[in-house]
Amino acid sequence: MSALLEPAGYEEVRLRRVAEQLPCREVQAGMLLSLMGQPQQCSYPSIFIYGHRASGKSHVMQVLLKELELPHATVSCVECVSVALLFEQVLLSFFGCDAASLLPRSPSLSDFVRIYRQQCSRSPAKQTRYIVMEKAELLRDADANLLPALLRLQELVEDNVTVILLSEIVWDKFRPNTGCFEPLLLHFPDYSKGELQQILSQDRHPSYSADFYSSYINILLGVFYSVCRDLRELRHLAALNFSKFCEPLAEGKVKETDTHKLWRNIEPHLKKAMQTVYLREVSSLQWEQMQQMEEECGALRGLSAHTHVELPYYSKFLLIAAYLASYNPARTDKRFFLKHHGKIRKTNFLKKNEKTSNHLLGPKPFPLDRLLAIFYSVVDSRVAPTASIFSQISSLVTLQLLTQVSHDDQLDTPKYKCAVSMDFICAISRTVNFDIVKYLYDFL
Amino acid sequence: MSKRKVEDAHLPAGECITQLQDILRKRFCRQELPVRPEGVQAQHKHLLELLKRTAVHGESNSVLIVGPRGAGKTMLLKCVLRDLVEEKDVQKNLLQVHLSGLLQTDDRIALKEITRQLHLENVVGDKVFGSFAENLSFLLEALKRGDRSSSRPVLFILDEFDLFAHHKNQTLLYNLFDVSQSAQAPIAVVGLTCRLDVLELLEKRVKSRFSHRQIHLLSSPTFPQYPDRVRTQLSLPDEFPDSKFAQDWNASVKTLCEDKSVQEVLQRHFNSSKDFRSMHMLLMLCLSRVSVAKPAIKPADLLEASRLYFADAKANMLHGLSILELCLIIAMKHLNDVYEGEPFNLQMVHNEFKKFLQRKSNSMYNFDQPVILKAFEHLQQLELIRPVDSSSAKTQREYQLMRLMLDHSQIMEALQKYPQCPTDVKQWAMSAFG
Repeated sequence: MSALLEPAGYEEVRLRRVAEQLPCREVQAGMLLSLMGQPQQCSYPSIFIYGHRASGKSHVMQVLLKELELPHATVSCVECVSVALLFEQVLLSFFGCDAASLLPRSPSLSDFVRIYRQQCSRSPAKQTRYIVMEKAELLRDADANLLPALLRLQELVEDNVTVILLSEIVWDKFRPNTGCFEPLLLHFPDYSKGELQQILSQDRHPSYSADFYSSYINILLGVFYSVCRDLRELRHLAALNFSKFCEPLAEGKVKETDTHKLWRNIEPHLKKAMQTVYLREVSSLQWEQMQQMEEECGALRGLSAHTHVELPYYSKFLLIAAYLASYNPARTDKRFFLKHHGKIRKTNFLKKNEKTSNHLLGPKPFPLDRLLAIFYSVVDSRVAPTASIFSQISSLVTLQLLTQVSHDDQLDTPKYKCAVSMDFICAISRTVNFDIVKYLYDFL
Repeated sequence: MSKRKVEDAHLPAGECITQLQDILRKRFCRQELPVRPEGVQAQHKHLLELLKRTAVHGESNSVLIVGPRGAGKTMLLKCVLRDLVEEKDVQKNLLQVHLSGLLQTDDRIALKEITRQLHLENVVGDKVFGSFAENLSFLLEALKRGDRSSSRPVLFILDEFDLFAHHKNQTLLYNLFDVSQSAQAPIAVVGLTCRLDVLELLEKRVKSRFSHRQIHLLSSPTFPQYPDRVRTQLSLPDEFPDSKFAQDWNASVKTLCEDKSVQEVLQRHFNSSKDFRSMHMLLMLCLSRVSVAKPAIKPADLLEASRLYFADAKANMLHGLSILELCLIIAMKHLNDVYEGEPFNLQMVHNEFKKFLQRKSNSMYNFDQPVILKAFEHLQQLELIRPVDSSSAKTQREYQLMRLMLDHSQIMEALQKYPQCPTDVKQWAMSAFG
């Protein structure tokens, strides 16, 4: 609080209102304010603010600029697919729609700066103007000139303007190769556990006491803190699971103070939530419905359970053959798929080190011939190599169960890779009564 | 109000601080021009003479000002222009065209800008008419028709000159240099660039028309000058309204610069970069801590500012990772140690992590594969790990090869600073092989 109230030039009432809206961010806000200085003073040309997701970068900026009524333009770089949108938004919020309409059809930076200067000479800045760019990492993918030009915009337009870049990525990854005007770097540190607890406890339910809610948050953080420190995610999870936490209370089984029982009730539920809602396997709506209907959690099948597809008989075997071809080394094919494979030295065959395990390295590409050879050996009946077999292979490619490694124009001996997981192929082979694990080199 | 009256008056403290902030902020942020450029007197004289010859005698010239970023190229040029314009016959006579390689990204835009800034006839209001070819021929015609004695000299200033060399065929540069070589309208072309190899970028025909006159700004002050620079940058001018305050302030700045710890900080700063910009940034951070309650810069402020300036951004980001993400990074570090920097994929990292869990036998961090995948993707989003080949849409996510973008020492340092880091994780990170 004291850090915030220091900067001169602003009304004290407003600063107090700002401080109320920025819990646990007083230091950063105070520092930012003192860097920005009084509204009519000039400010540093560009400030780069970085920090983790949901560490309050945009929020602090928004609250400061809104409450103190400073002229500003907030631009999200995700929305600005072309620079024209960016220029339009900046001009619109500084000079009104007349200025924005002056831009030509596909404006260049030169047009933007010219119009800005023109407008600026008519209405020079009485206060520092701020351009806030959210998700600034996307600027790197835009025109190569855009980022260096924005960083020295103050010099180019000769106006009291400050560009503030917000990003999750450190500045070192932004620097263009011929260098640029270095911005002031400012770090927003992550919230500590205590601060998370304090912020999350603020949005408590009115019908329950503050202590009750804060003990709930404590339990929630106990489960999720080691995995997730994202405030938004935690807040979402807290809102979703609170009704379940209150259930025993509503039924009259326990009292509010009986923390241990409440914990016993909610903990498995939260662990389940980590595997489902946190991964977006089950949507929040489904999760809420499930809680209302008192279903067994997780009885509902998540998104990933739906991945199994109905395939024709031969396609299944083709996929199995592809999996075997991808994950087995070619030198072991004789041993696995030939009836009279002659003598094999057992010691040499079984010698393998962990580094070469294909289930660690990923699938290897294989030619079409090998796929067909393995296919004929794993299918019991005689299969004619008809057009339908080949079209099934290409349809597996379109289903993205196989991927073609070689170029599309190669008609003879195309190469493929199998792109399905172990669980998936086990499920498929179970439906055709094929024991795939026996044929995998890694599991021998 | 007369000047003397103001000098005698004692302003209230708040007013003084505001004035002080005003003046110093202008100096640090707007890069206000100094009265006399420091350390570049020779270059200043050279350039001034050169431009004067163009402006007064109608001699055509071309020159490049080369120097690293923040070396004062723009400052030098602006000082020269300011001094040049002060002379009467120059003021009426000289036309200036300012172009920047950042803004005028191709010749068409540059040409329009030139036409606009010269107020030629095909400009109505602010709009320029005509196609590129028409514009070019019109401009050349206008320049050609002039001669040394009668027409007004034009000064072309090309900021970020190296970017102009990337234009197609270097048409603009060729034409400008060509005009400066032949007896047409007198022009002077001044280029500013930070690339030392800028002449290698020019085409042969363009290069041969350039006068090869270069002004290098490679000033290398020795350390004893550096604190003096800091002092002059921080001190208030004599015309400050409250002279008493200004004296106090200047005295406090003087004692600050003589302080032992401050000297150490400045030495560290000097060793990392000598240019004005980084110094301004440091001083700006100090200045922001000056307020009515604390009307002077203390050595502690400078130390704090320098700490902020030198903070390692990646270590800062590592501090905010969750335990799971930190464990993954340690696993990656071990993989890097064992396989000597070979790229890895999620499966390998997970396998390494599982080995740690088996050995430690407490199942506190037993997470499912999808949870680990989510953490892994978060790391990728933060660009702490980077895919080896970008065209990897075809491979499965868990088999995509990655590289760790962190240093060994960065990880260890972050681990030391990590709040409430579990001991077993720390031990795991310390152990040499897995």
